Amino acid sequence: MIHIENLHKRFGKNQVLSGVDLNIENGGIYAILGPNGSGKTTLIKSILGMVIPNQGNISVLGQNAVNSWRYRQQIDYLPQIANFPSNIRVKELVRMIKDLRQKDSNEKKLIALFKLEPFLNKKLGTLSGGTKQKVNLVLTFMFDSPLMILDEPTTGLDPASLIQLKKLIQEEKANGKTLLITTHIMQFVEEVADEVIYLLEGQIFFKGTIDDLKKKTGQADVEHAIAAIATETRDA
Amino acid sequence: MRKNISPAVLICGLFIWLICPKNLNAKQIVCPVCEISSIKQAIEIAAAHDTLLIKKGTYKEFNILIDKPLTLLGENYPVIDGEDKGEIIRIESDNVTVDGLFIINVGTSYTADHAAIRVVKSEHFVIQNVVLEKLFFGIYLEKSNNGKVYHNKIIGDAVNEYNSGNGIQLWYSHNVVVDRNIVQGTRDGIYLEFSDNVAIKDNISSNNLRYGLHFMFSNDDVYTDNVFENNGAGVAVMFSKRITMHNNIFRKNWGTASYGMLLKEIYDAEITGNTFEENTIGINIEGSNRIKYRNNEFANNGWAIKVRGACYANTFENNNFLYNSFDISYNSKVNDNVFSQNYWSGYTGYDLNNDGVGDVPYRPVKLFSYIVNRTPETIVLLRSLFMDIIDFSEKVSPVFTPDNLVDAEPLMKRAE
Amino acid sequence: MLKILKYSFYDLMRSRWSYVYFLFYLVLGFVLLFLNNDLSKAVITLMNIIIVLVPLIGTIFGVMYYYNSKEFTELLLAQPLKRSTIFLGQYFGVAGSLTLSLVLGLGIPFILYGLFRSDAIFNFVLLLVIGAFLTLIFTALAFNIALSNENKIKGFGYAVLLWLFLAVIYDGLFLLSLIIFEEYPLDTFSLAATMFNPIDLSRTLILLKLDISALLGYTGAVFKKFFGTDLGLIVSLAVLLLWTVLPVQRLAFKAKRKDF
Repeated sequence: MIHIENLHKRFGKNQVLSGVDLNIENGGIYAILGPNGSGKTTLIKSILGMVIPNQGNISVLGQNAVNSWRYRQQIDYLPQIANFPSNIRVKELVRMIKDLRQKDSNEKKLIALFKLEPFLNKKLGTLSGGTKQKVNLVLTFMFDSPLMILDEPTTGLDPASLIQLKKLIQEEKANGKTLLITTHIMQFVEEVADEVIYLLEGQIFFKGTIDDLKKKTGQADVEHAIAAIATETRDA
Repeated sequence: MRKNISPAVLICGLFIWLICPKNLNAKQIVCPVCEISSIKQAIEIAAAHDTLLIKKGTYKEFNILIDKPLTLLGENYPVIDGEDKGEIIRIESDNVTVDGLFIINVGTSYTADHAAIRVVKSEHFVIQNVVLEKLFFGIYLEKSNNGKVYHNKIIGDAVNEYNSGNGIQLWYSHNVVVDRNIVQGTRDGIYLEFSDNVAIKDNISSNNLRYGLHFMFSNDDVYTDNVFENNGAGVAVMFSKRITMHNNIFRKNWGTASYGMLLKEIYDAEITGNTFEENTIGINIEGSNRIKYRNNEFANNGWAIKVRGACYANTFENNNFLYNSFDISYNSKVNDNVFSQNYWSGYTGYDLNNDGVGDVPYRPVKLFSYIVNRTPETIVLLRSLFMDIIDFSEKVSPVFTPDNLVDAEPLMKRAE
Repeated sequence: MLKILKYSFYDLMRSRWSYVYFLFYLVLGFVLLFLNNDLSKAVITLMNIIIVLVPLIGTIFGVMYYYNSKEFTELLLAQPLKRSTIFLGQYFGVAGSLTLSLVLGLGIPFILYGLFRSDAIFNFVLLLVIGAFLTLIFTALAFNIALSNENKIKGFGYAVLLWLFLAVIYDGLFLLSLIIFEEYPLDTFSLAATMFNPIDLSRTLILLKLDISALLGYTGAVFKKFFGTDLGLIVSLAVLLLWTVLPVQRLAFKAKRKDF
C-alpha cells in the first residue's frame, strides 16, 4: 500500500524527518504515534503530497507520490483542524467536493448518522468546532477509497459521535481498507489500532502490534508503554 | 476763367457727377460665344468705370491686367482657368471691383509670387465673392490702401511650406478691411507685413500649413470674431504694436510645435474675449510687454499660456482657465506680471465670506511644468501619480516656482 | 482548473467586495458621463483612475484572497488535483472577477451613453484591455508575494510596497535619472524605462492613443513613432502579456515546491 524509503524533510533549520523507512501493507488500521513535534503530521502530509520531501521516495498503491497528484484519487484524508472556507454552506461544500472528485458517494447516510441535517444550509463559519469536525468526517468517509488517512479524528467529538466514528472505522477496515490514524488518545489507539508506528525525533522508533509494544516495554497498558519509550530514550 | 463758370453749370456738373456716370458707363458683356469672348479683350475696349459682365463659362486666360477703373462682375461664377501659367488678374488702377469670379490654376513659381488676384499701388479696390482654388498666392495686396477684401473663399491644397503661398497677403497696405473670408489649405491663411490700421473680421481660417493669421511689423490692426482652427499654428503676431484681438476662436491647433497664438515682441496689445480651445499651447508669449488679457477662455489646452523670456507688465484678469494640462508655464523664476480675479478649474480653495473670490491664493504654475521646462524629456511622466503627488506638495509649500506668481483673488465661478 | 476557477469565481462573486468594486465603477462611469457628456473626455479621466486604482485593487484583492482562502486551498490540496491547477484556478478566479467588475461597471454606463455610435470606442476598448491587463498583472504579483510569505502582515506589507514602488517610487527614480542625465540623449532610456513598468507602459499607451503626444514635444515624437504604430501597439501589448505570463509562471513554479 505505502512504501517510504529514506524520507528526509527539513523546514528551514528544523530537521523534522531524518530517514524514515516505512512499509504499510494492505488492510488494517495503523496508528501513528509520537510526542509533539515528532513529525507525525509531516509524515502524513508527505504521503499526501502536501509537503515536498527533501530526499527519499514515497509510493502509494504502486504510484510515485512525489510531485504527482493522480494517486490522491485513492486516498480519503481527514485534516487535523477542520479549516473550511467560512462563507459557504455545508451543502455547497459537500456538493463541491463531490464535483471535484467525480466519485460515487454516500453522504446522505453519513449526514443522517451524525445528525447534520439542521446544519446543511448554515455557513461553515457559524458552526461549532464539533459540528465542523462532523462535516469533516462526512467529507472523508463519503467516498470509497482504499486508503484513508485520519489526522486526529476524535478532536471535539461528543461521546455519541465518537462511538459512531469507531463503528465507521471498523466498517471500513472490514471492507479491506487501509487506515492511517494519528491521535494522542491512547484508549482510542488500544480500541481500534492493529499496529502502532511510533515516531521519535524524525525516525521510526517502533513499528509493530500493540502486544509487541507492551512486551517490548514490559508495561501492562499502551499509555505506560508509550511513556516508557519516552523515558527510555531520554535516559539513553 | 474760373470765376466765369456759372452756378448753373456747377450744379449741372455736380448732377452729372452724381447721376450721369451710372448712365453713361456702358455694360460690356463677355461670354465664351459672344462677340467679346475674352476678358482681356473686354478690358481693352472698355472705358473707365465700365462694368464687365462676365457670363458663366470657362475663360482660359492669365496675366489679365486691369489698368483702368473697372468693375468685373461674374454671373453664376464664371471660371477663369490660368492653366498654371502664371499670375491671373493684376490690378494697377484705383477704384477696381472684382466680384463673383471663380479663379483656378494659378502658376506655381519659385522666383515670382504669382497670385490669383494682385493689387499693385492702387486704392479703393473691392474684391468680393471670389472663389479661388488650386492657387499659389490668393489675393495679394501690394502697397494698396483703403480697399476691401470681402466674402471670398480661398481653398488651397498646400502640402509643403516652401512651394505654397498665402491666402490673403497684405504688404505695405494700410486701411484695408478683410471681412468674412474663408481661407483654408494655404501656407498662411492671412498674412500682413508692414500693414497698419487693417481690420480683420469674421473670417474663418483653417487647415493652413503654417499660420491662420500672421502679422509682421504691422501696427494698430484689429482682428475680431475670426475662427482659427486646425492650422499649423493659429495666429502669429510678431514685432507689432497696438494690435487689438477680440472675440476670436482658436481651436485645435494641435501638434508638436503648435499653438493657438504666438506673441513675439508685441507691445501694448489687447487680448479680450477670445476662446482658446484644444491647442497644444493656447498662447505662447515671448518678449511681449504691457499686454492686457481679459475675459478670455482657455479650455482643454496642453498649456494655456507658456511664457518664455522676458515679459513685463502684462495683466491677466477675468479669464477662465478650464481643464488645461498646465495653466501657466514660466521658464524663469522672476515674475512681473499680474494675475488677478481669474477662474481656475484646478482651484481647490474655499470662499468663507461668499464674495465669489477664493480666500486662498491660487498658484497657476505647477512644479511639473517647471521641471518640464528644465528637462523636456520628463514630460513622459505626464499624468502619473508621482507627478500629482509632487505637484500637490509644491502647492502646499512652494520651493521652485516663482513666489509672487499667484492669483490672490481667484474667482469661485467662471467669469462671464 | 476550470472547476477551481469556477468555485473561486463564485466565491468572489458572492462576496460583498466584488459588488462594491463593481458598483464603484458603475457609479464612476455614470457620474463621469453625467458631468460631461463627452465620451472621449470621460475616457481620459478614467485613465487617470484606472492606472492608479486597478493595480492597487488587484494587489490588495490578490493578497487578501490568498490569505483568506488558505483553508479552502488546504482542503483542495488533499484532493486529487494538480498543484498548479489549484493556484492558477484561484488566480484566474480572482483576476477574472475583478476584470468582470471593471468591464461591466464601466461598460454599462458607456454603452448606455452611446458608446457604439461614438468614435471613442477604440480608445475605450483599449482602456478596458489595459485595465484587464493591469488586473491580471497585479493580481499575479500579489499571489506571488502571498505565496512566498506565510506571515499575513508581511505579505500585505510587501504587496502594498510593490504597488507603491511601481505606481509612485519608480516614476520618482525615473524623473531623477532624467534630470541627472539631462545632457545625454534620453529617448531610448525613457522608452526602456517605460517598458519596464506596467503602469507607466499603460499610461503612455493610452496617452498616445488619446493623441496627447503633441504635448510631449520631441520625446513625444520618438514615443509616438514607437507606440503610435500598430507594431508599437503590438509590442506594448506583448510586453504587458509578458508581465502577466512571467508572474503566473513563477506562481505555478513556486506552488509546486511549497509545503503546506
